[in-house]
Amino acid sequence: MSVRPRIAVLVFPGSNDDRDAAWALGALGADAHLVWHAEQALPRGTSAVVLPGGFSYGDYLRCGAIARFAPVLDAVREFAAAGGAVLGICNGFQILCEAGLLPGVLRRNRDLEFVCRDVRIEVVRTDTVFTARCEEGQQLTIPVKHGEGAWYADDELYSELDAAGQLVLRYAEDCNGSVGDVAGVCNEARNVLGLMPHPEHAVDPLLGSGDGALLLAGLVDAARERTLAAV
Amino acid sequence: MRVTVLVRPKQGILDPQGEAVQGLLRKLGFSVGGARVGRLVDLEVDAPTAQEARSQAERMCQELLANPLIESFEIEVEGE
Repeated sequence: MSVRPRIAVLVFPGSNDDRDAAWALGALGADAHLVWHAEQALPRGTSAVVLPGGFSYGDYLRCGAIARFAPVLDAVREFAAAGGAVLGICNGFQILCEAGLLPGVLRRNRDLEFVCRDVRIEVVRTDTVFTARCEEGQQLTIPVKHGEGAWYADDELYSELDAAGQLVLRYAEDCNGSVGDVAGVCNEARNVLGLMPHPEHAVDPLLGSGDGALLLAGLVDAARERTLAAV
Repeated sequence: MRVTVLVRPKQGILDPQGEAVQGLLRKLGFSVGGARVGRLVDLEVDAPTAQEARSQAERMCQELLANPLIESFEIEVEGE
C-alpha cells in the first residue's frame, strides 16, 4: 500500500487557488492539508509545502511583500532549510521571492495586461524534484493568470543563476516580459521552486491539459520519499 | 514626526506604468520626455528627534517599503 504523504497548502487572506492545489495533490496521491497563515507550525508529519496562487493580503504594497511576514513563513523557512520541498505557484512564487527564499522579483507584466491563457513552457532543468518526471527540453502546456508575473533579475544575478542551473522553466512563447523568458526558478539547494504557471489547473486532459500533473507528481514523489525516510 | 517616503523604480529598470503614462500624456498634447511611476508613503513616526525618525524610516524601507532589487527610496523628514 502506498503512502499518502502529508503536504501543507498554505492559506493566506486572499489566497484563491488553495483548494484547487489541495484537490490536485489529493488526486495525485497526497494527503493535502490547508494551513492558515497565522499558524506557528506546520502540521506534524508535513513532507512538502505549497504556497498557492491568489492575492495574499490584497497584494498591498507589492505582491507577496506582506505575506512574507506571516507567522507560518518562519516554519516554512525552517522546513526549507532542512531540505524539505517547497513549491510556490504564482502568488506563492511572489511571496517566496519577497521572503528571500528565491532569487529575483516579480514585476508588472511588460504590456500591463492581465495574461490569462494556456502557455507553453519548456523544462530547462530536470535535476529538481519538481521536474524529475519531465524530459529535458520537454514542452508543457499550463495556464497562467497574472498581472504581475514578469520575473526580474539584473544581468549579474541572471548570469549567476543561469550558470548555476537555477532557471528551471522558460516560456516557449512570449508571455509577460520576464527576463530571459523565465517561468520558474529554484533556489541554490534546488528544493524550493517558484513558477508563475498554474500546474494545479492542468491535471486533467478534460480541462485542456494534464501537463501540470507532471510537476505536482514530482513534488508528491519527493514528499513520499521524505515520509518514508522519517519512518 | 511626519516622514515622507518616496519609492521609485530604480534607474535603468523598465517601467511599463511610466511608459503608459508618458504615452497618454503625449496623446493629450503634453510634451513629456519621460515618466516614471513610483509610490509615496506618508508616515507619522514616534521619534524624539528628526535624526531618529530618519533612521527608523530607513529601516522600514529596507525591511518592507521598498524592494532593493528594483526600487530606490528617498526619505524626507519634516523640519529637517
